[in-house]
Amino acid sequence: MGRLPEVGEGLDGYRITGKLHSGGMGVLLTVEPAEELGFPLVMKIPRLGYGEPAEAVVSYEVEQLVLSVLKGPHVPRFVAAGDLAATPYIVMELVEGECLKERVERIPLPPEEVADVGAAVATALRAIHQQEVVHLDVKPSNIILRPTGEAVFVDFGLAHHAHYPDLLAEESRAPMGSAPYISPEQVLGVRSDPRSDLFALGAMLYELATGKLPFGSPTGPSGLRKRLYTEPVPPRAIRKEIPEWLQEIILHLLEPDANQRYATAAQVAFDLTHADQVVVTERGQRLERAGLGTRFRRWFKAKGMEPAAVVRPSAQLANARIVLAAVATAHTNEALFQAQRDAVRRLLAADPGSRLACVTVVKPASVAGAETEDDVATTQAIKNLVHLRHWAEPLQLDPATVSFHALEGSDPAATVLAYARANAVDQIVIGAPPPDLPLRALMGTFATKIAAEAPCTVTLVRPPAPGRDHGTVG
Amino acid sequence: MAALPAMKIALLADVHANLEALTACLDHARRAGAEDHAFLGDLVGYGADPRAVLDVVGELASRGALAVRGNHDDAALSPAGDEGMNQAAKRAAAWTREVIGPDHRAFLEGLPFQVRREAVHLVHGSAAAPEKHLYVTDARAASASLSRADGATWLFCGHVHEPALYYTVGGARPLPFKPVPGVAIPVPSRRQWLAIVGSAGQPRDGNTAACYAMLDLERATLTFHRVPYDWESAARKILAAGLPERLAVRLQKGE
Repeated sequence: MGRLPEVGEGLDGYRITGKLHSGGMGVLLTVEPAEELGFPLVMKIPRLGYGEPAEAVVSYEVEQLVLSVLKGPHVPRFVAAGDLAATPYIVMELVEGECLKERVERIPLPPEEVADVGAAVATALRAIHQQEVVHLDVKPSNIILRPTGEAVFVDFGLAHHAHYPDLLAEESRAPMGSAPYISPEQVLGVRSDPRSDLFALGAMLYELATGKLPFGSPTGPSGLRKRLYTEPVPPRAIRKEIPEWLQEIILHLLEPDANQRYATAAQVAFDLTHADQVVVTERGQRLERAGLGTRFRRWFKAKGMEPAAVVRPSAQLANARIVLAAVATAHTNEALFQAQRDAVRRLLAADPGSRLACVTVVKPASVAGAETEDDVATTQAIKNLVHLRHWAEPLQLDPATVSFHALEGSDPAATVLAYARANAVDQIVIGAPPPDLPLRALMGTFATKIAAEAPCTVTLVRPPAPGRDHGTVG
Repeated sequence: MAALPAMKIALLADVHANLEALTACLDHARRAGAEDHAFLGDLVGYGADPRAVLDVVGELASRGALAVRGNHDDAALSPAGDEGMNQAAKRAAAWTREVIGPDHRAFLEGLPFQVRREAVHLVHGSAAAPEKHLYVTDARAASASLSRADGATWLFCGHVHEPALYYTVGGARPLPFKPVPGVAIPVPSRRQWLAIVGSAGQPRDGNTAACYAMLDLERATLTFHRVPYDWESAARKILAAGLPERLAVRLQKGE
């Protein structure tokens, strides 16, 4: 490869307008296209050629491929790539916002801020995992928060895409990634498990919440392997202000065995936005690390650890879904309640990793028009939550897999839809309108609106019609 | 050595006298913009339509399509060619020898064991010994085949009925990849690629749909496809021809 282009020069129709960054892996230049695209652009030029590691070329190829196929607001928009044989470069959207690295400068952060950042990153992870990509280098310096609050990943040089041959996979390669954040299975060379990104998210949230790195910054292989059997000091032992629910989430993400972690990023985002619904176990309460015995057992197990094969990132998502049941607690229709429960039971039985969110909508206090609005609203919410719990009781679910929400809103359908979008719900189960409803009336129903606008599959449940009495002549 | 004028080449392997599968793949390939075709051996054997399949492929070959010979093509020419085959395959081979005409024989006899066009190399089994029809079932066999393919960038083969892609990254051995149907995989010329396109006429991975792959030389991409076809008719013809029932069941189960 020849010399790098200077500011003011052009390359393949892009005019270089400034230099953003120059680092070990390459340079970042701001560029302008021949024809305006409506968003600012950055050109990334990798350092390749003599004296540079061979991985740099492969890493560039990986990033170019992954960026060119990823879509959505959580990745920079891909614009063009240069020919590797001539001048390799990637032109993409210059993501404006705050790099998470800047937040690290003022750690520890308040727990609420840690949860907000974590939820944004988990939502972004869900979006890329759904597209069959595992990032494998989740860390503060690779994440930008847009002014709108969305998290964006900016470096896909180590990523894995299940639909393409993994150019970075090699039997004997040393683990790649950033030492403070990479998962145990990544240390062992596994590159296809989306839960590796959840571990890295856990390490990052630990750092933001406590001000310390959970495993330090090891430099050698034995230091890296420690995370296979050692757990970090519980966050609350470092800062007692950290609530139990946050420690529960962080340590759940940092489980050495991927099977013990959250199954999906969507579930992490859900917990981070519903602190009151997190079931706190011993994990969230402990103030000391596991005893020597446990560590020894883990160490012994880790010695011969062979990570299990993961098929595809999205396969992991498919059996750990979020199911929303919108229950009309204001009406007492036991037949419908029963039918809805049956439908939910079957869904949860088919995908045992799934979670259930039981939702009802209550009118805002101002609409209710009471004297002491807050009190009435609270009483109403509690009453509805009691109903929801009662509805779900026969399902006999593990408390960690179910949550209850009395949402406030004057438009029930819009409220449920907004909730479903915000929480990446995979399926909504609601009661169907009565079968004899005229078409015109049908148009305005809650069920019709949900079915028409939901971001996911909707199941309309209708209890069986009362059986006709076969014994009599009608 | 002739040039490769076409930019989009449909690659089919192990058609095995399955006319329904062949027709469905060719139709799919035509709609996907195929400009040329390559057949990676075993045009006959197992299936009930050797004459029709050889007519179709012979016609395409007369217009420039490439084809190599497989072990079942050997067996259709001479009883000596069925060495090592199971009883059902031997019976099908004997039946095929009876039903094909002299022009079909001549076409099969004229097929080479490997073909090279620019950086594309075609062989039924392994380039390590084209006449021996060795199976490429792991990275080691893929490495052996690639090392004898005369520096080819793209080495295509069949024989193994499940689709697979082996690629070199600079390590000692190529790495295996299980392709996802319909995804255009970049296969740039700076690496070596060995693709087993999968069987068109007798898929064996539990999926009844026929396999073929499309190489786009302009974009340097390779797409593996799965094409649903009328396997019921193909299976019925196998039974009607008096061929072993097992061969019909295989199409029904894709095994």
